[in-house]
Amino acid sequence: MSAQMPDVTYKTNPDIGQPYTRNDKACHDLSIRVRDLNLWYGKTQALKDLNIDLFQKNVTALIGPSGCGKSTFLRCLNRMNDLIPSVHTEGLVEIDGRDVNAAKMDEVALRRRVGMVFQKPNPFPKSIYENVAYAPRMHDLVSRKAEQDELVEKALRDAGLWNEVKDKLQEPGTSLSGGQQQRLCIARAIAVQPDVILMDEPTSALDPISTATIEDLMDKLKEQFTIITVTHNMQQAARIADYTAFFHLGEIIEYNDTKVMFSTPAQKKTEDYISGRYG
Amino acid sequence: MMLTNHPFLIFCSVLLLLGLMAFFIARKKATQVRASGTAMFSQPDQYAWFAVVATAGPAILLSALGAFVMLLIGADIPTFPLLLASLVLAAIGLAVGMVLVRANFHARQAIERVIRWVLAGAATISILTTLGILISIVGEALNFFQMHSFWDFITGTTWAPGNSFLMAAGRGDGASGGAEFGSVPLFAGTFMITAIAMAVAVPVGLLSAIYMGEYAPSRVRAVAKPMLEILAGIPTVVYGFFAAITVAPFIVRVAETVGLDASFNNALAPGIVMGIMIIPFISSLSDDVINAVPDSMRQGSLALGMTKGETIRDVVIPAALPGIISASLLGMSRALGETMIVVMAAGMRPNLTINPLEEMTTVTVRIVAAMTGDLEFESAETLSAFALGLVLFVVTLSLNLVSVIMIRRFREKYRVNNL
Amino acid sequence: MNDSFDQISQQLKGRHRKSMRLKYYSMGALALAAAFLLIFFADMLNKGLPAFKQAMINVEINYSEDAAKSGRAAVNRDFSTLISRSVVRTIPLEMRNDPTLLGTTVQRWVLASGEVDQYLKGNRVRLDDEEMERIDRLVETGKIEQQFNVGFFSRGDSKMAELAGIMSAVVGTVMTMIVTLAIAFPIGVMTAIYLEEFAPDNRLTQLIEININNLAAIPSILFGLLGLAIFINFFGVPRSTPLVGGMTLALMTLPVIIISTRTALRSVPESIRHAAFGVGCSRWQVVKDHVLPLAMPGIMTGSIIGLAQAMGETAPLIIVGMVAFIPDVTASFTEAATVMPAQVFTWANEPDHAFVEKTAGGILVLLAVLISLNASAVLLRKKFERRW
Repeated sequence: MSAQMPDVTYKTNPDIGQPYTRNDKACHDLSIRVRDLNLWYGKTQALKDLNIDLFQKNVTALIGPSGCGKSTFLRCLNRMNDLIPSVHTEGLVEIDGRDVNAAKMDEVALRRRVGMVFQKPNPFPKSIYENVAYAPRMHDLVSRKAEQDELVEKALRDAGLWNEVKDKLQEPGTSLSGGQQQRLCIARAIAVQPDVILMDEPTSALDPISTATIEDLMDKLKEQFTIITVTHNMQQAARIADYTAFFHLGEIIEYNDTKVMFSTPAQKKTEDYISGRYG
Repeated sequence: MMLTNHPFLIFCSVLLLLGLMAFFIARKKATQVRASGTAMFSQPDQYAWFAVVATAGPAILLSALGAFVMLLIGADIPTFPLLLASLVLAAIGLAVGMVLVRANFHARQAIERVIRWVLAGAATISILTTLGILISIVGEALNFFQMHSFWDFITGTTWAPGNSFLMAAGRGDGASGGAEFGSVPLFAGTFMITAIAMAVAVPVGLLSAIYMGEYAPSRVRAVAKPMLEILAGIPTVVYGFFAAITVAPFIVRVAETVGLDASFNNALAPGIVMGIMIIPFISSLSDDVINAVPDSMRQGSLALGMTKGETIRDVVIPAALPGIISASLLGMSRALGETMIVVMAAGMRPNLTINPLEEMTTVTVRIVAAMTGDLEFESAETLSAFALGLVLFVVTLSLNLVSVIMIRRFREKYRVNNL
Repeated sequence: MNDSFDQISQQLKGRHRKSMRLKYYSMGALALAAAFLLIFFADMLNKGLPAFKQAMINVEINYSEDAAKSGRAAVNRDFSTLISRSVVRTIPLEMRNDPTLLGTTVQRWVLASGEVDQYLKGNRVRLDDEEMERIDRLVETGKIEQQFNVGFFSRGDSKMAELAGIMSAVVGTVMTMIVTLAIAFPIGVMTAIYLEEFAPDNRLTQLIEININNLAAIPSILFGLLGLAIFINFFGVPRSTPLVGGMTLALMTLPVIIISTRTALRSVPESIRHAAFGVGCSRWQVVKDHVLPLAMPGIMTGSIIGLAQAMGETAPLIIVGMVAFIPDVTASFTEAATVMPAQVFTWANEPDHAFVEKTAGGILVLLAVLISLNASAVLLRKKFERRW
């Protein structure tokens, strides 16, 4: 039994001033295609028949009440759920034309192309410099020290952290403030040059000022990366996301252009949630 | 012996009798007062217990104090008057207890104050133990250093405590009066065996901890943990027997097949067996710290496209390092002070060498040797045991303290990080 | 443009191999520890189990007049060299105690000599060929056989291997442990209660805490030096006795009991204390009536583990002289005694090869006791384990 693919109002094509159609090439620059995805924790089903297309170089926000499966879905995209022994998945998650759950798929390779930023900042017990340089060096993205320095600087600049830390690169990553730590984690993620960055409520543990900084950052980063973020803050979704998907009890209730969704939600449940009737 | 003393028995029974009297009379009185309608601060039982404490407490304190003064200063207090005085004190205490059975006296608070002091007193016993070790060792060690220079002890390379030892070894010539106490060969032997033990225990213990913490399915873990605990529960004398009777001959045989000459008292056998003994100390503490490394760190690394092995090597181990070092230091301190394995499997002859197949001896072996010979307590050899003990105490104490500080740092670090 | 999945997978091959290597190494380490344990137990069983068997000879004892003077005359010449000297020695004694025995003849099983015993167990012995043949013949006729070694469990130490038993060491261990527990348990529990429930958080308390952690890690032999210098030399407690041994071990066990009691007290949730305070209990009443009963299983578990540790300890007891030759069961706390590990140590030092199996047999008894103690601690913990 396959659920209906959620309707999406495509973005406006600037050339003709009309929305793209499903057949336009630009719309087929899909980053991720999900079909009939089901997931169980032991015997409890957490995701039910998910179908969704996620677009390249956009910010997609996943919203919904807590326990609705949005974080679980996010972790399906880079197979972090593999770490939980009781999890069982069925269905298709396709990235760059490949089924990520296929036996042949190397989850380490997958995670290199699909980076992740977590809810709580989790810098490694290393220096700020090493936090960023570690992964690119392991992945052979840099060969010389100068190249490595350059990459670290670029990643830190892209993460908007360079000016704050350029004089203390050798200090431990844990010495930074919470917001800075989270940006360090973002720098760490973009240093390996992934295609997709998953963000699991990246600002929920931060103060409002750090949150604003990171929101600005996401807006810049979407020029280079496909960003999929989980948030339980609807204002945040409205501010930063190009597309928004509303999850409820493991199902996608509605998926649309953010502006459309927040102005004219198609589903009653979405409207109730957005207007704060529950959540 | 005091325990079998006649007056002491009488003292105890009289005190018991007075205590019982105090309990029942006080309770009866309190019940009566209460029955007469007066509101009291405390329960009758509490008054009764207070009376018992008032009766027995001062009497026991006085007699104990007297006994201690006798032992400590050697003052000659006759036993009988002392006990009698204590009993008189008990009687006074009983009377006071009776008088205090009245409505406005807080018997419960008084008892609890006494209990608190008794508990605090118990807590000081552990300090007294450390002090006792320190005083007993330092005192006798100082006696030793009056006979032999401290410098020679620390830097000398010949340990020849004199006739008694040579005779025991069957080559006494009776005339060698010049005993030498140069401890360098003993410490060299100790550190050699400790090094061998650590070379076995640290890799095996740490890797076992990594396997249990990172790879093992819960069923394997449920078996492996108690298995390692069994290793820790085997008495050292048993390990010693195993090292001497099974491992050492095996090593000699292996050495022979490769054309090497090994002593039956080689350092390798006790070293290896000691290492096995220490495995659980290192693995269990390392397992704890590895489990304490927050999962978010592992996920952070895996999400960057690191393999599991890289995550463990570059993220988990560095994060857990203070705890692992702390565990290793504790294991090392245990190896340095381990006695039975070396007494049974290592040699008696001080030997300054780096060949682990040769016989060598350790500090603890010499302590035991000095203590089990038929020697006068005040002889230099006996006292040398205390000098060796002092060095052992200082070394293990510093290792333990460093270890405690490191593990404390680890805890503080992750408490902060987990916020 | 970024690399495709296949390209990345290609690059990853070496790294995956390395990663697997770590897994196999760590697995190997654990397997090594397990293998050691297996070899160790196999070796001990192999060496120790024969100690539970003892060669016995069925002989005819002739209580003649000659036998009253020399026990050897009571037995047929064929047997007299094969039976234990202890049997020969007791025959005149028996006759003196019971004069009616004179002139009677009794057929019974008696102890064979250590040599015969070792020969039957396949060990090297100093018997000549004629004697070996004789033994073989007697075995065939059923006159010599290996029986369960009751004496090993009922006798004390002896210089004759076939006579040596572990009983006096067992009794010594029990008495020593009584002293140890009687001192360490109350003081340990009281200390833990004070530190956990009463003590203000000041310098002194911290000092006591550091001190306890340190005591737990001090080499045990130093406790022996303390026992010698303070208990024996200063307080005049008699040497080699369960009293001084127990006192020394008590100081060693103290930190174990304190630490486990504190853990048990700490695992009782604050809400229980608050509830008790809420109904007007004083601090002591809260501890006595609410916290202690809940913490008791944990305290018992810790104490049993501490007891098992003390029971296996030898080094400090050597220093206070408890490694002694004790042929008879000790009857008092102030008489010389030995304990099981010390008995093992004594036997291990005997030059006679027959004592190797005695040593291993003693080890098996000791391990059996320790394992059952620890198992009971585990069961206790399982039974009363409570998750708050």
